[in-house]
Amino acid sequence: MFQRFSTYRGATVAGAVIGTTFGFLRAYVLVAVYRHHETIGSFDAVDAVTFTFVSQGFLPTIGIWGRLELSDRIRSGDVATDLYRPLHFQSYWLAQDLGRFAFEGLARGMVPVAAGALAFSLRFPTGRGTWALFAIALVLAEVVSFGLRYLVALIGFWVLDNRGFVQFGGFLTQFFGGVIVPVSFFPAGLEGACRLLPFQAVVQLPVEVFLGRQGAGALALQAVWAAALLVAGNALAARAMHKVVVQGG
Amino acid sequence: MGEVVARAAIYRRLVGARVRAEFQYRVSFAATVVSQCAATVLDMVAIVVLFTHVPVLAGWTLPEALFLYATSAVCFGLSDVLVGPAGKVNWFIKFGWFDRVLIRPLGTLGQLACDEFALRRIGKLIQPLVVLAIALATVPVDWTPLRVAAVPVLIASGTALFGGLWVLAGSASFWTLESQEVAHTFTYGGSYLTQYPLDVVSGWLRRVVVVVPLAFVNYLPAAWLLGKPEFVGVGRWAPVLSPLVAGCVVALAGLSWRTGVRHYRSTGS
Amino acid sequence: MSGEHGVRATQAGHGVRATQAAIVLEDVTKEFVVRRRVGRVRRERTVVRAVESLSLTIGEGEMVGYIGPNGAGKSTTIKMLTGILVPARGTVRVGGLDPQRHRIATTRRVGVVFGQRSQLWWDLPLRDSFDLLRWVYRVAAERHRANLAAFVDLLDLGPFLDTPVRQLSLGQRMRGEITAALLHDPAMLYLDEPTIGLDVMSKARVRDFLTAVNRDRGTTVVLTTHDLDDVEQLCSRLVVIDRGRILHDGTVAEVRARFAPYRTLVVDLVDERARLALPNAVVVRSEGRRRWVRFHRDEASAAQVVAAIVAVADIVDLSVEEPDIEEVVRDMYLAGATA
Repeated sequence: MFQRFSTYRGATVAGAVIGTTFGFLRAYVLVAVYRHHETIGSFDAVDAVTFTFVSQGFLPTIGIWGRLELSDRIRSGDVATDLYRPLHFQSYWLAQDLGRFAFEGLARGMVPVAAGALAFSLRFPTGRGTWALFAIALVLAEVVSFGLRYLVALIGFWVLDNRGFVQFGGFLTQFFGGVIVPVSFFPAGLEGACRLLPFQAVVQLPVEVFLGRQGAGALALQAVWAAALLVAGNALAARAMHKVVVQGG
Repeated sequence: MGEVVARAAIYRRLVGARVRAEFQYRVSFAATVVSQCAATVLDMVAIVVLFTHVPVLAGWTLPEALFLYATSAVCFGLSDVLVGPAGKVNWFIKFGWFDRVLIRPLGTLGQLACDEFALRRIGKLIQPLVVLAIALATVPVDWTPLRVAAVPVLIASGTALFGGLWVLAGSASFWTLESQEVAHTFTYGGSYLTQYPLDVVSGWLRRVVVVVPLAFVNYLPAAWLLGKPEFVGVGRWAPVLSPLVAGCVVALAGLSWRTGVRHYRSTGS
Repeated sequence: MSGEHGVRATQAGHGVRATQAAIVLEDVTKEFVVRRRVGRVRRERTVVRAVESLSLTIGEGEMVGYIGPNGAGKSTTIKMLTGILVPARGTVRVGGLDPQRHRIATTRRVGVVFGQRSQLWWDLPLRDSFDLLRWVYRVAAERHRANLAAFVDLLDLGPFLDTPVRQLSLGQRMRGEITAALLHDPAMLYLDEPTIGLDVMSKARVRDFLTAVNRDRGTTVVLTTHDLDDVEQLCSRLVVIDRGRILHDGTVAEVRARFAPYRTLVVDLVDERARLALPNAVVVRSEGRRRWVRFHRDEASAAQVVAAIVAVADIVDLSVEEPDIEEVVRDMYLAGATA
């Protein structure tokens, strides 16, 4: 599984560069905001900037923009052969995605964080416990992210071309996950709504763990969402299999 | 001149064919338009959210900031619709579709732009256009005839500038497929950067921004229109400089593209 | 040894605009740099000569088969003829023009069919693709209409003209592709594996069509293929390429004569135990009553061998087999013969 994601060195570099660039841009904007306040939504400037770089660091890892290969296979009809395999459908794709996650790992992630640390002062976890929690939070974030992308990909069984939905899903996840602006910045009502949604488990929660603001409770919440999404994914896949529409020549 | 007209007619047909093909996937088309609309709305909401905490961001008020955002988004969206495919050349090369373009008696860039035209990218334009209209109505500008006339010129030059960046980014892939992604830090990164007042960035990045003349897309024109101070210091000349700079970028992009195609043809893939 | 056989070539002069179908490759070399991963990090750089000092002249109206094993340089050559690739050394002239410098003028005169890749518009009806190509190649409406009508008739495209290309079968799509390549009356037509994956009916139709086009319109055709039946039925001339060099350039009969100068007589004997000891022929295979007798065409004629057999045994039936061109070419590749 590792082999399939042995991308070129160049692509890794590209990802690192983009992550760093966006990290800087967002950080600058936040710094400008912080000229007026000490804290916003209980984050101070250092928290906010750290948030930015850390999140940019692991975004590609959890495949936040990614389309699962599943989408392509549904579109072309190749998925029909997948359905005959003696493997549990969802587990197969989850395993593939985890493989990708493991491979992309932290190589890209380190660069934006390191660059950010050079230009700004960041807040790093103090104890090993926090690092451990963060690591687990990342894995859980990946599973939640997979769950979301899986559901969106399955839409392809009903709609000929689901690229629009994939994009939309990506944006939703980013916005409500706190990538564009940390969720804690949102006005009270919006923030409350966000806390009820799974998207925060993808970015906001892991970074809050990193910053030491949340602990095992956040992990539990992530796990709950992960489980819920996987169950939903299974159910939807079952319905899809009843209704296999093979498209293509 | 006749050649230009002839080619324009051909391109029009190709675009028409693409649009017809797109409408075959009606649901997906609608979904993409809606999702891109939503994405742009979210971008704008992010700005508004920031302003709930501060009255002024780096010296710009909310209406001014929204004006800045809208001009950036309109220019970027328009450039994406017009020459977006040029920035995604590495897909064509990867799947061997670029050869098809070389076989036909038409320019490569024109073919890509028309043959891969995607009307649904208009989704990115809808909301910013609305916001632009509102912003134009609400910003405190003394609307002289000169200023009114300048707006479309500035939008056009901003679009041309982004268009040039798309082509530059795409032409990187004639050399190595992966370098296109890196080059997109300038297109997508540039788009994001210009959504906010450039005053937020400090020191060295400011110099980079002027080197990659993103400041001329909307920041300097907006400063000129609104009569605001800006750090580059050439604001007064914005209406003249912006088109000039855009022209240079476009010329550079054309050169880069041609060189890239020549390289592709000598090395194959 | 390359490029020297009694083939009439029309040398094109510069600046002459009439339909000149001559294709001239002179001492063409094309190299590729291939980067391969060695171990986990290091990469090694090798230069692969796809085509080496290749010279080839094709005259107006010829139909040439261009065959070779995979990686021999066939696709590279075709790409250089279309202007997709430019040679590292040597010159290419198509219709008197250099595809490198005059890509657009060259492509106007050339039609290409790639077996593996489609040139049609995937989501639209076939008819729309043809119409779009009229514009792309700037064909006069009348001419386009006439051509289309002729091709629709010859290839029986009528039933699926309004079907989106993505829904066509391979055979239908291929017929569409060939039509598309010829609608603008190109002087030259290149086909890269056009019959690959086609059923027998479609293959036959395509071959008949190509023969007709070559004969009636004088289109110069270069055909690369792995299907040697194509070559045998269509091409008067055969160019064999291997590892970037031309192994042979001549007619199919010449290939046979040079590389497979034997023929096989297949006889059915009355008595299956009969043994044949012949002075100028060898029994290469024996199954029940049937004997395969091989003889060198220069050393004996079929009649002589038959006479020799009949002298020692009674026969029920006989037939003569020419060497299978497939075997012949395979032997050529293996031998890497240059003679």
